[in-house]
Amino acid sequence: MNRFAELLDRLAYEPGRNNKLRLLTSYFREVEDPDRGYALAALTGALSFKHAKPALIRDLIAARADPVLFALSYDYVGDLSETVALMWPKPEPQAAGPDRAGHNNPPPPTLTEVVTTLRTLGKTELPRQLARWLDELDETGRWALLKLVTGALRIGISARLAKTAAAALGTKDPHEVELIWPGLSPPYLDLFAWLEGRGDKPVNQDPAPFRPVMLAHAIEDDDFASMNAADYIAEWKWDGIRVQAVSGREADGRVVTRLYSRSGEDITAGFPDLLPSLHLPGALDGELLVVRDRRVQSFNVLQQRLNRKAVSPKLMKDYPIHLRAYDLLGDEHGDLRELPFAERRAKLEGFIARLKDPRVDLSPTISFASWDELKAARADPASAGAGDDAEAVEGVMLKRRDALYLPGRPKGQWWKWKHDPHIIDAVLMYAQRGHGKRSSYYSDYTFGVWTSSETGDQLVPVGKAYFGFTDEELLQIDRFVRRNTTEKFGPVRHVVHEPEQGLVLEVAFEGLQRSPRHKSGVAMRFPRISRLRWDKPPRDADRLETLERMLKNETAG
Amino acid sequence: MTAMRPQDILLPVPSGLCCKAGGFHIDPVRPVERALITHGHSDHARAGHGAVLATQETLDIMRLRYGENFAGSTQAISYGEEIRLGDVTVSFHPAGHVLGSAQIKVSSGGTCIIASGDYKDARDPTCAPFELVPCDVFITEATFGLPVFRHGDAAAEVKKLLASVALFPERAHLVGAYSLGKAQRVIALIREAGYDAPIYLHGAMEKITRYYQDKGIPLGELRPVKGVKKAELAGTITLAPPSATSDLWTRRFPDPVTAFASGWMRVRARARQRGVELPLVISDHADWDGLTATIAATGAGEVWVTHGQEDALVHWCQSKGLAARPLDLVGYGDEEESEVAATEDAEA
Repeated sequence: MNRFAELLDRLAYEPGRNNKLRLLTSYFREVEDPDRGYALAALTGALSFKHAKPALIRDLIAARADPVLFALSYDYVGDLSETVALMWPKPEPQAAGPDRAGHNNPPPPTLTEVVTTLRTLGKTELPRQLARWLDELDETGRWALLKLVTGALRIGISARLAKTAAAALGTKDPHEVELIWPGLSPPYLDLFAWLEGRGDKPVNQDPAPFRPVMLAHAIEDDDFASMNAADYIAEWKWDGIRVQAVSGREADGRVVTRLYSRSGEDITAGFPDLLPSLHLPGALDGELLVVRDRRVQSFNVLQQRLNRKAVSPKLMKDYPIHLRAYDLLGDEHGDLRELPFAERRAKLEGFIARLKDPRVDLSPTISFASWDELKAARADPASAGAGDDAEAVEGVMLKRRDALYLPGRPKGQWWKWKHDPHIIDAVLMYAQRGHGKRSSYYSDYTFGVWTSSETGDQLVPVGKAYFGFTDEELLQIDRFVRRNTTEKFGPVRHVVHEPEQGLVLEVAFEGLQRSPRHKSGVAMRFPRISRLRWDKPPRDADRLETLERMLKNETAG
Repeated sequence: MTAMRPQDILLPVPSGLCCKAGGFHIDPVRPVERALITHGHSDHARAGHGAVLATQETLDIMRLRYGENFAGSTQAISYGEEIRLGDVTVSFHPAGHVLGSAQIKVSSGGTCIIASGDYKDARDPTCAPFELVPCDVFITEATFGLPVFRHGDAAAEVKKLLASVALFPERAHLVGAYSLGKAQRVIALIREAGYDAPIYLHGAMEKITRYYQDKGIPLGELRPVKGVKKAELAGTITLAPPSATSDLWTRRFPDPVTAFASGWMRVRARARQRGVELPLVISDHADWDGLTATIAATGAGEVWVTHGQEDALVHWCQSKGLAARPLDLVGYGDEEESEVAATEDAEA
């Protein structure tokens, strides 16, 4: 447990992806089975305990600490698990009789011991067992234990990253691990044996496994020069969420249907209304949308259905779910990913026709003979075939006819050509230092737009961005921030933002949403700095009314 | 002779702890006629007093920081030596905080008060160990006066640093540490752990560190980092004042790992707020267990709590049946703030 705690501790502070990988891989290399397997399970979210509730942890500390001291400590630390981990009293030394010598300090539990014990432990036993472990562990160990059992690791590690680190153990491609992952279970002895060259590659026995998705590159204007329009098929890019819908048969003939997010997370439980429509064995790649009155609704509407563990009949009725398919990765005859896209597309059309279900349809292709024609279609989807659904189109997708379905983001195969983003001019208000390589740079910016108040026009913050600029621009903004700081609050600097004095940032973003959490009442999707407007005085930056108008247009869709 | 009331001997006033009967202040924050200084950190040892009484090391450190004329006159006192000032007797005893640090014992008419300044009861190879002095009133700091502050084994933290250096040989490791005391202790601990490569120093800590070496404290080979090529700093360790580790100054290092050696690193939010990637819980102050054990061991019936988290420590004392009160002295505990200026001076 201590070595695992050390890993979590270090990961929690490390901002760099490559450095996180190094820390993880070195852990997997140093630590033996089955501990490292349970660590991998914890990091990929594959472990679930009947979680110890915060109330239980409060009770444990209440029985051991002065309530005033606990309150002062909790107030200072701000995190329950951490407070308890830090102030947990040292256990009373046990009576040291001659026969007990050397037994005063039982060794701290291993991760395996914790995981396997928790699996079988009754609810009433939990407090005593937890207390025993807390007695045996050090500060970091206690923190990790409490994070683990309450299911709140939150150390910025995706399941994908943990698997990539494991794959590096055997210099395997992480996609290979992804492919067999659904058939594996903790503590992954067979996986590690294969990675270390001691065993065969594990076989995925899951009848409805997730296939790692293929992603597109954003296209730039000069990319077209080297591309031949005839080599590509174009489709609309829908503003929904990418999903994989998989149906398969167990050995006993039972049908298993699952819906996965693009990262492979099983989101089946949130969409029971879609499952009956997926009655043919196969694996569809497509966009999850809400279709109401025969029209695809905006992303804002779809959001009502997202991130829910359970859904009410009313929600299903008010927000009817729909799958718009654009690829077929497998059918009853087997895997299709090694086929060229044009052939998969033909099979997909047949599959959708056989499925014959109103909730699942085909994402249409866009006919074009030249890039100019496609450009025109992208500018006006409504008259280029998207019809009433045009408002849910956020651009076009270009896929090479001969592209195999390759996991990840292979070069030159798929392209996304998004609509031009929304653009506003905003004023830099606050800057914060970044992390890792950027820790000496002010690289996180809060920006605002003008709004009227009783005391005249004032700036109201509307968003935060920390990328989009070049390295050279970062140096320029950093210099500007340092020279124009009006106040410092810890790592945050207030930067001068007056009508005649300050820096105007051109901010690009993908969409807007109402947000009660923001003072301005709006939140941006995917904001980034697209240009520095040294030429523009802050008084000429945009106003909140402009954003509100954009918002009205968005929600009207 | 009847015992004096403690508050007749020492009284908190805006300029610090005042002893009227002896005609002096302890660690005054404003210029006074006669000052007794516990140790050389700039929030305790300020320039501009008429006469200063302190250990030789503290006087030397003040001279290094403020120049020859930091006080009208100076007088050195050895640990354990008794000096009569007016109606009181004073003596200095090791506080274990930094080189030359002392607790100041003030006695009069059978009543004995210890003003402990900053202290720690943990091991430190760079200064004399804390000496427990029985007293009637114990004046304690409370920098880490919450039960969440437990500093653990400093050697284990240094092991963590060295493991990181081994794992990331292409990166530089930058350890933020206060230039007086912490930096030298960290270096000494690194040496004890068997690391014998040269250790690099930020300009602001060269003088003090050299002073430690002159005093016979072995710190191994130290080099100024100024002028060293970026590529040569891969796989090395550099000590710098904390404020420098998030400054433009760090751009001379290859993909630096930012560490910070401080008791504050025990709390994650504090470490994250500073952008620290490798927090090292190494403190020159007593932790909660150290504070409470020390208070109990002095046998003092009354405890005055100065700077830090006074509330919790006062509460603890009262729950143990000790008379306790916060002194509400201001101006202490900002050693770090005063280092900012030093950094900018040294590395403009």
